[in-house]
Amino acid sequence: MSGAIGGISDTLLYLSGVSVSFDGFRALNNLSLVLAPGEMRAVIGPNGAGKTTMMDVITGKTRPDAGDVIFRADTDLTRLDEPAIAALGIGRKFQKPTVFEPHTVHDNLLLALAGNRAPHHALFARETRAERARIDELLAIIRLAEHRYRRAGDLSHGQKQWLEIGMLLAQEPDLLLIDEPVAGMTDAETAETARLLREINRTKSVVVVEHDMDFVRALDVKVTVLHEGSVLSEGSIEHVSADPRVIEVYLGR
Amino acid sequence: MTRATVASFLVPVLIIGGAALLALGNAALPPTAALHVSVFVISLVGKYLCYAMLALALDLVWGYAGILSLGHAAFFALGGYAMGMYLMREIGTRGVYGNATLPDFMVFLNWTELPWYWYGFNHFAFAALMALVVPALLALVFGYLAFRSRVSGVYLSIITQALTFALLLAFFRNNMGFGGNNGLTDFKDIIGFDLHADATRNALLLATAIALAGAFLLARYVVASRLGKILIAVRDTESRTRFLGYRPESYKLFVFVLSAIIAGIGGALYVPQVGIINPGEFSPANSIEAVIWVAVGGRGTLVGAILGAILVNFGKTYFTSALPDVWLYALGFLFILTTLFLPHGLVRVFSRARPSALPEPSPAKEHPA
Repeated sequence: MSGAIGGISDTLLYLSGVSVSFDGFRALNNLSLVLAPGEMRAVIGPNGAGKTTMMDVITGKTRPDAGDVIFRADTDLTRLDEPAIAALGIGRKFQKPTVFEPHTVHDNLLLALAGNRAPHHALFARETRAERARIDELLAIIRLAEHRYRRAGDLSHGQKQWLEIGMLLAQEPDLLLIDEPVAGMTDAETAETARLLREINRTKSVVVVEHDMDFVRALDVKVTVLHEGSVLSEGSIEHVSADPRVIEVYLGR
Repeated sequence: MTRATVASFLVPVLIIGGAALLALGNAALPPTAALHVSVFVISLVGKYLCYAMLALALDLVWGYAGILSLGHAAFFALGGYAMGMYLMREIGTRGVYGNATLPDFMVFLNWTELPWYWYGFNHFAFAALMALVVPALLALVFGYLAFRSRVSGVYLSIITQALTFALLLAFFRNNMGFGGNNGLTDFKDIIGFDLHADATRNALLLATAIALAGAFLLARYVVASRLGKILIAVRDTESRTRFLGYRPESYKLFVFVLSAIIAGIGGALYVPQVGIINPGEFSPANSIEAVIWVAVGGRGTLVGAILGAILVNFGKTYFTSALPDVWLYALGFLFILTTLFLPHGLVRVFSRARPSALPEPSPAKEHPA
């Protein structure tokens, strides 16, 4: 079966026996997954395997029918809503790049910066030197420094993906959930994104959902293969590509 | 100064300056002078400016937070009723029945005591406060329930429409104690000044202009603040704001309540100038007309809302007297033509601002140098 599920003391994220049904369709079926602190994990699987539903469950968008979702050994995520989970340090990137299109790149990052989220604070907030310095850093990391005052809506598809990753970083999360970051990217942008994610992984844990096998190979991390809502195989990319069950799911039909 | 800053100072100057000129034209010029402004015009413009406050309030929630309220005139009408109740009590013994405490309609209904919710309305300050508090409370309760349950889009619009319709039916009932079908009217004076005197009319016009200018500056501050940027983010990409840790419902609630207060002030200033408030002000058609003013002027621009309210109502005044049968068709056509050819409203014709309902990008503007 899947990789050893040890104690939850040395885990960042622990999913156990998670099931979700939508009108009788089991999107997640007894799914279990353990992520160590500092780990980067690639999650692959055919369409409908439950990859996005898994992210929905972790980020509080969807309540599971059964199972545990534990963050940092002691926080039950199934009891919290999206803003509370975001505040705990879990950031999420959507499949389709989702940025604030009418705002500049600068303002997108400004709104994403960790800080007080209350309306009365935002009403009187003035941009501080520290905030500006942090935005400078983020712009360098996501390579958008010269696009600072462009509307986010005017950026290319790949640049929007990077901006959204930058917004995630601005939240200062411990765990980043990234849904199909290279969909629609050129080869050069894909390679750059792999580099960017490895750089991010130096300080943060990352879960990447991706279809693009070359990209997953380039990440060179442990891979979890989902199928029909549960884990089909787990291990290195060589291990899972040699697994007969994985081959059957991907090529068998 | 950026163009946006210039505009935000120019608009209040134009509003107050324009109103002052009209008042001067009424007070300083003899009725025989060519440029004399009749008191009819003074009250008409005062009415337009009240509508402009309703439009401004609606633009705050619709243009910046994406809440298409089809019941916003309810807050306007509630503010109007609060002021109307004061004006009713102010009549005192000068009413038809000469009752010092009870308004005429209560005497007519054989009531012997003033209902508790009419207490305090003999004081102007209390009534003025209620003109803000009552719309704000309704917006707070309604908004809390709707936004917390994540009701949005068309569903929210329909509920706001139902809200104003429910109030319409309630205020029609005689035993609600607000004058039923006839509403509140026959007002005599306001804080001791005769409502039929030209000077009072001029003062009311000026007060309305100042209130509108103040509301505009307040709204400008809000939409240009970081909170305003978050509102726009919520409007366009609500789920993204939630995953960033914001609670969109509290942002919507803030702007919804602020908007209700602005609409309430508009209604409170409206009633002494038109001399009547009745349940018809809650009619859903009124709220929908306000949406048209905002759309015609330019949604998400604040200036556009004010401009739209004034121009459309000017058109309404003209058409309903010159060609009364044509007005509704003209209004309908105006809405269709605007949607087709000026999707960003009239202000877009005069300004090259981005079509994103936004204050201009602020390169380092709010950064301390």
